[in-house]
Amino acid sequence: MKNVIGVINLVNEKQYLKELTSHRCLSAVPFGGRYRLIDFTMSNFIHADITKVAVFTKEKYRSIMDHLGSGKEWDLDRRNGGLFILPPTHPDELIKGDLQQFHDHIEFFHRSPEDTVVISPGHHVCKMDFQEIVEHHKNSNADITVVYKDFDGEPVDKPIYHKYAIRNDGRVKNIELYTSPEQGESVGLETFVIKKDLLIEIIKTCCENGEYDFLKDGIKANLHHLKVNSYHYKRYFPFIHSISSFYKSNMDFLNPELAQDFFYDTWDIYTKIKHEAPVKYSISSKVSNSLVANGCDIEGTVENSIIFRGVKIRKGAVVKNSIIMQKGEINEGTYIENVITDKQVKITSEQVVIGDSIPRIVKKADVV
Amino acid sequence: MKSKKWIAMLLAGGQGSRLGELTTGLAKPAVPFGGKYRIIDFPLSNCTHSGIDTVGVLTQYQPLVLNHYVGNGRPWDLDRNFGGVSVLPPYQGKDGGEWYAGTANAVYQNIQYIDHYDPEYVVVLSGDHIYKMDYSKMLQYHVEKGAQATIAVIEVPWSEASRFGLMNTDEENKISEFEEKPAKPKSNLASMGVYLFDWKLLKKYLIEDELDPFSTKDFGKDIIPKILSDGKSLYAYRFEGYWKDVGTVESLWEAHMDLLDDIPGFDLNDPHWKFYAGNANHPPQYISKEAHISQSLVNEGCVVHGNIEHSVLSFNVQVGKNTTIKDSVIMPNVKIGNNVTINNAIIASDICVEDGAEIGSSSPAAEITLIGDAQNISYVATNGKSSVK
Repeated sequence: MKNVIGVINLVNEKQYLKELTSHRCLSAVPFGGRYRLIDFTMSNFIHADITKVAVFTKEKYRSIMDHLGSGKEWDLDRRNGGLFILPPTHPDELIKGDLQQFHDHIEFFHRSPEDTVVISPGHHVCKMDFQEIVEHHKNSNADITVVYKDFDGEPVDKPIYHKYAIRNDGRVKNIELYTSPEQGESVGLETFVIKKDLLIEIIKTCCENGEYDFLKDGIKANLHHLKVNSYHYKRYFPFIHSISSFYKSNMDFLNPELAQDFFYDTWDIYTKIKHEAPVKYSISSKVSNSLVANGCDIEGTVENSIIFRGVKIRKGAVVKNSIIMQKGEINEGTYIENVITDKQVKITSEQVVIGDSIPRIVKKADVV
Repeated sequence: MKSKKWIAMLLAGGQGSRLGELTTGLAKPAVPFGGKYRIIDFPLSNCTHSGIDTVGVLTQYQPLVLNHYVGNGRPWDLDRNFGGVSVLPPYQGKDGGEWYAGTANAVYQNIQYIDHYDPEYVVVLSGDHIYKMDYSKMLQYHVEKGAQATIAVIEVPWSEASRFGLMNTDEENKISEFEEKPAKPKSNLASMGVYLFDWKLLKKYLIEDELDPFSTKDFGKDIIPKILSDGKSLYAYRFEGYWKDVGTVESLWEAHMDLLDDIPGFDLNDPHWKFYAGNANHPPQYISKEAHISQSLVNEGCVVHGNIEHSVLSFNVQVGKNTTIKDSVIMPNVKIGNNVTINNAIIASDICVEDGAEIGSSSPAAEITLIGDAQNISYVATNGKSSVK
């Protein structure tokens, strides 16, 4: 789509995923065997032919910069447009909100000839058709379009989601910030379509008044005089706000129908290419109902699990209902159940590591 | 002007007619290998790891797939401002142009390309071998020996020696005689199709050879014997390690089987010497509850519901329920239905095998069955050979 800028807004990220987000931002968390969460939004943008994408990072963004590189894997190394990574400009100061960081990089918006901006967070696992959403936005002559979904996630213990009251004609009547939604309530997906000029005006006006929150100060405060419309998103979308919901949404992909629809029948999800060899199964391997990525060496037993790139599972090791991230090593005779091991974890031989209903996490590069 | 110490010329124009239907629509170096690669990935990755950053790829037969695949060389880290990879098809000049008439003629026609980089040495490689080789060690040897040309050789079993071009050498590995596929071999040192030349010397011989009306314009048949008979300093560099010519259906199948042992004859997964490949974005593979996989290589993008034993599955292969695949190679994008049996076979890319088909024979004496036509048909084995149902 010509004339559209994609903005991936990491400024509002929370560290929902405990140890998994202790050294990386939420969008950089590995997902689904070979991806990082940000791959889904990146791939959705390129599918919609949005070829100018700006990633506003807040903190712990080394891994995301390493992952995105020049943007080549997402076809975003362009002479015109392409990938822009826009980190905080005053690292010593606390960031007061996303509008402040948009303001610090206002030159980016000024310089861009495009007239429309799509803003999305970087941690959504979904196939969102931005082309359709932008068309919906333009056809309805809205100033701003917000994307929402009927809440179907696990209950939240902290008020973290924003509820929208939507009129029959799709207009947003009210926004209730920081709530714990019930099943079926309309929850905002922090995804917006807005005219660039209006966005610039909101950024400037709000920051002059010491207001720094795009949703609260830019949209909610202007509901009465802007036409804020809505787009009802209905496809697969896991609400990831805890270890348990993160685990469950990974396991969703062991459902062949979802995997077929998500990975094969619709557009591709791109990620950083690692040039790993195909998976090697030995004579002793037993694998069932699992996703396995390249570079793995499987000699043991794997059941109902997600195995990331470059993992070694040695003879006699058993991995059940678990997620083993990149370059993990599960040694001889070890038994693992309901566990998430972060990157480069080594579980020595003859160990038993079992999580309960909430999976146990083994921190990055730990040796157990 | 900038110049390069050395560059490589990769001969990739061959048809590979002994690979049958696998090379109907593409050149031999573009034939898929090892579940995710094409044959050309091996010499290209070897160049990258050896520190060669300029590679001319000489194409002629069915170059479309190869041209597209090599592209700007990025997967092999060969997208460079000065150097990098260049695809070199035959071209027309002021005095007309002609097809490459032989391996030596192909390089001769690109003297201008090589001179542009003004290299001291030129490595000539072929695009039909699977191996892992550090060419920089060969260069070091070439320099130490004070050689003008060096040929990489590998010891082959005496029983097979007569299939190869053989080098007879003295104790210093200086080559005294070269024999192309002799009936009675005097040596078991086979040429690997990897040559290293002082560029000045090679250029002179290429120009001379071009003027010789009796020459077949081939490195093995013409250039090397001429250099030898002129008494130039020609050495054999002994390579130790895995090297396999995959020019026939049989040898291509064997090379795949060599990947599968617990300690494989050839290890694709060496973290210090990765083989790079293009088109590498596919979802993780899904192995279902019904599946059994043992001693196999399975690439990303596969969905497996059946039994896979001692086989290679390339990317985006789907295997249905109650299907058994044994001792076979399944190339990319193949769909295999339910209740299928496949033994000792190679299934070419994009084939659709229908439910209940039987392909190949499990008899150890059976030839390798090649299903090479991209058509939606089912096969039944009859005496180890397949026919359309």
